[in-house]
Amino acid sequence: MSTVIPRQTKELDRVVVRFAGDSGDGMQLTGSQFTTVSSLFGNDTATLPDFPAEIRAPAGTLAGVSAFQVHISDHDILTPGDAPNVLVAMNPAALRANIGLMDAGGTVIVNVDAFDERSLEKAGYTANPLVDDSLTGYTVYEVPMTSLTMEVGKQVGVKPRDAERSKNFFALGLVSWLYSRPVEPTLEWIATRFAGKDAVGEVNTKAFKAGYHFGETAELFESNYQVRPAPAEVGTYTNVTGNTALAWGLIAAAQLAKLPLFLGSYPITPASDILHELSKQKHFGVRTLQAEDEIAGIGSAIGAAFGGALGVTTTSGPGLDLKSESLGLAVNLELPLVVVDVQRGGPSTGLPTKTEQSDLLHAMYGRHGESPVPIVAARTPADCFDAAIEAVRIAVTYRTPVILLSDGYLANGSEPWRVPDVADLPVIDVTFATEPNHTADDGSLEFWPYKRDPETGARPWAVPGTPGLEHRIGGLEKAHGSGNVSYDTGNHERMSHERADKIAGIAKGIPAAEVDDPDGVGGAEVLLLGWGSTYGAIAAGVRRVRARGLAVAHVHLVHLNPFPANLGDVLRSYRTVLVPETNLGQLVRLVRAEFLVDAQGIAKMQGLPFHAAEIEAAVLQALGEDIAEPGNAEDAAI
Amino acid sequence: MTDVAVPNTTRKDWASDQEVRWCPGCGDYSILAAMQMLLPELGVRRENTVFVSGIGCAARFPYYMSTYGMHSIHGRAPAIATGLAVTRPDLDVWVVSGDGDALSIGGNHLIHAMRRNVNLTILLFNNQIYGLTKGQYSPTSEQGKVTKSTPFGSLEAPFNPVSVALGAEASFVARTHDMDRKHMQEMFRRAHEHRGAALVEIYQNCNVFNDGAFSQILGRDQRSEMLIPLEHGQPIRFGADGGRGVAMSSEGHLQLVDVAEAGEAALLVHDETREDPGLAFALSRLARGPFEPTPIGVFRDVVRPEYGAGMAQQILDAQERKGPGDLATLLASGGTWTVS
Repeated sequence: MSTVIPRQTKELDRVVVRFAGDSGDGMQLTGSQFTTVSSLFGNDTATLPDFPAEIRAPAGTLAGVSAFQVHISDHDILTPGDAPNVLVAMNPAALRANIGLMDAGGTVIVNVDAFDERSLEKAGYTANPLVDDSLTGYTVYEVPMTSLTMEVGKQVGVKPRDAERSKNFFALGLVSWLYSRPVEPTLEWIATRFAGKDAVGEVNTKAFKAGYHFGETAELFESNYQVRPAPAEVGTYTNVTGNTALAWGLIAAAQLAKLPLFLGSYPITPASDILHELSKQKHFGVRTLQAEDEIAGIGSAIGAAFGGALGVTTTSGPGLDLKSESLGLAVNLELPLVVVDVQRGGPSTGLPTKTEQSDLLHAMYGRHGESPVPIVAARTPADCFDAAIEAVRIAVTYRTPVILLSDGYLANGSEPWRVPDVADLPVIDVTFATEPNHTADDGSLEFWPYKRDPETGARPWAVPGTPGLEHRIGGLEKAHGSGNVSYDTGNHERMSHERADKIAGIAKGIPAAEVDDPDGVGGAEVLLLGWGSTYGAIAAGVRRVRARGLAVAHVHLVHLNPFPANLGDVLRSYRTVLVPETNLGQLVRLVRAEFLVDAQGIAKMQGLPFHAAEIEAAVLQALGEDIAEPGNAEDAAI
Repeated sequence: MTDVAVPNTTRKDWASDQEVRWCPGCGDYSILAAMQMLLPELGVRRENTVFVSGIGCAARFPYYMSTYGMHSIHGRAPAIATGLAVTRPDLDVWVVSGDGDALSIGGNHLIHAMRRNVNLTILLFNNQIYGLTKGQYSPTSEQGKVTKSTPFGSLEAPFNPVSVALGAEASFVARTHDMDRKHMQEMFRRAHEHRGAALVEIYQNCNVFNDGAFSQILGRDQRSEMLIPLEHGQPIRFGADGGRGVAMSSEGHLQLVDVAEAGEAALLVHDETREDPGLAFALSRLARGPFEPTPIGVFRDVVRPEYGAGMAQQILDAQERKGPGDLATLLASGGTWTVS
């Protein structure tokens, strides 16, 4: 299809678009395709899928609204954007649920066909917001998306009911025109995705084109917009979600360590996509077991690790609860294991589809006994790849279970990622024991499964099938060295210290905490300390503060246990340490206890990531600056 | 790897140097001895043999074997063993469990290991009591059982482990008891030969907390009248001179008959390879508990696809289709663009 020169194309440096509709309206698909096309075009992108836990809540209700927010820009960005510039609302409920997120002056594109009395009522409107003055201050475009899509369906000859389902493609076409997106990638994607379902593919294609042409020809829009490609480092890029990057990181790590990968996992939101992705990659020798429960997920991974595989289990909060006892077993067995926790809102079932960072203390302390476990956290969707490799490195080097923390925001969010050269990935050395390692009093050679490496404190990994190294391990306390069952009191104290020291010693092998402070460590008054998915919002907040000519520093932790060796010194270099977390204050508690610093928490518990503006406000307040003073957010290139 | 003959071993070679710490007189001793004496005959290697257990008296078993072993946590042995067996098909993986471990806290893992038909040999030591925690009733204790936790008698109906296994689609199910080493060894040997999940229930006496639980059927003078040996292809008979037998009634249930009365032709001929587990299940229900004539032997031995082999085959098929996995290709599989 030809790209018609529009009547006027305005340049924008960035735009935040939010697609919102019913759970069944295909908003996630629409949003992610818009993102893909923008990434391919060369924009920087960041996304925030925001959907309900119900697969199909009653149509037209607020509970059933599913949204996908994407931020596209001509420069490097860090967040999916605080407030959408454009809201595409497929029905009254989608409008009502999302209009509050918009700043005044924003653009609203509504599917006007859906604004009938019944739908308005279901959404809780007593009057039609399109005719009363409740949307004053917004630019509202009323587009008959349903009826125009049905018209397309009639031409193709499909049932009206089926045709109606393609209206999200109409919306995608319209927004693609509005932001001058190339159409070919979407047409190719429809052809591939709906291959073999000719009628569906045809209606989708035609609806997409109809939406695009509607924008072009209807005298509704004064202009359309262009967001130029963002300058980026030379290289090959792809768009990844956190769950995909994490799955690929596990595959990469298994290859780097030359170990077969085994995943034992029970389906749970928002972690299941890791299971799905790994289940597809059997040609890498990946074995996946959809276990009967969370406990069997980790149990089977422990069994695989005993046999010399890279054992992994993936879960979210409720599953981590169930895995606790088995994690303790892995601590005692001192076998490598990676437990991925894609955090979600809690407690209990909580908010399955909403993000939260509230499992840190659970990861740290959620086992009986003295049961230390290293913790690694990913900071962006693409960083899940590196975090997975790091978790595996620690697990196999130190023969320990490792908890890798991701969250719902990282899991489903996506960003462009410069694909690493496989040759540049770190080497992970794994050596299995093959020989006895101890001389008994009578001079005979024995194998001692708990004789530690003096450097790492790791015990030997001797796998079944190795003659002469037959040994028994288990959950009972081990005698130092020999690994025999021991109830000796002195031995228990010694072994407790050995396990604790081994984990603490990991700090020797991890990089020092990197401090983003242009004036050098201790230069700014205020330090923002973060971990995990708050990275984007904190870094964007830092840019906004600095755009005001004010100083602020930022440290973002990858390793939560043990902490980097320099962290205490860094924290003590700042008068004020602020710790933004999407929990009620977990890291802040750990650093206060560990380093005796008066760090202050900034909590957000809405199932949503921080906005850059919230971080900015917290820093300004700490600095005693006037929050009301308008900043320079646009220049801050958030 | 060169195919080196399996070295000759004796019972001693399979015993670890750890002191055995079960109560004197425990049935577990005879099960351990039966296993240690059998393994030299199976032509297997110590280094390729793994015993995985959960928690309970029986679960100490791996410590006494000079093989690889794991004494894990309560109920989880079948799950742990599943991960090991599917990643290491070269190993013989045995699971040692008890009635509480396998059927109470670990019931879920047990049934799913059998349903999937993972290549595991599962030994279920059934003493109808919790021994390690000093005498509470178990999921196989009889109704009315008076224990420390049921001073007024247990209200619960017991599980029949063989029925549970058959209901969970186990491809091999057998029952034996701790008073007959030869029979135990024969059942262990058969279970070991079986590809897929094999469950052997072992009636085991806990002489401290549940002494004599099986004495009504296992006493030396009772056995011939109270044990019904199942032999493949043979009419099911028991009692002195095989005077009693099992026949199908006209109402469609199994019943005990006098052979002289019913006639030999009326006897049920045991077929362990029957695809339909219905008759095996009916046999498992012949006795309501170990106080009525009770079948022992192999109830079921059928061929079903083994889970680990299926998993390995899917990998081979995928590699055949796509070639071995290439990391760079994977990382680019979501579509890429280049900035130059």
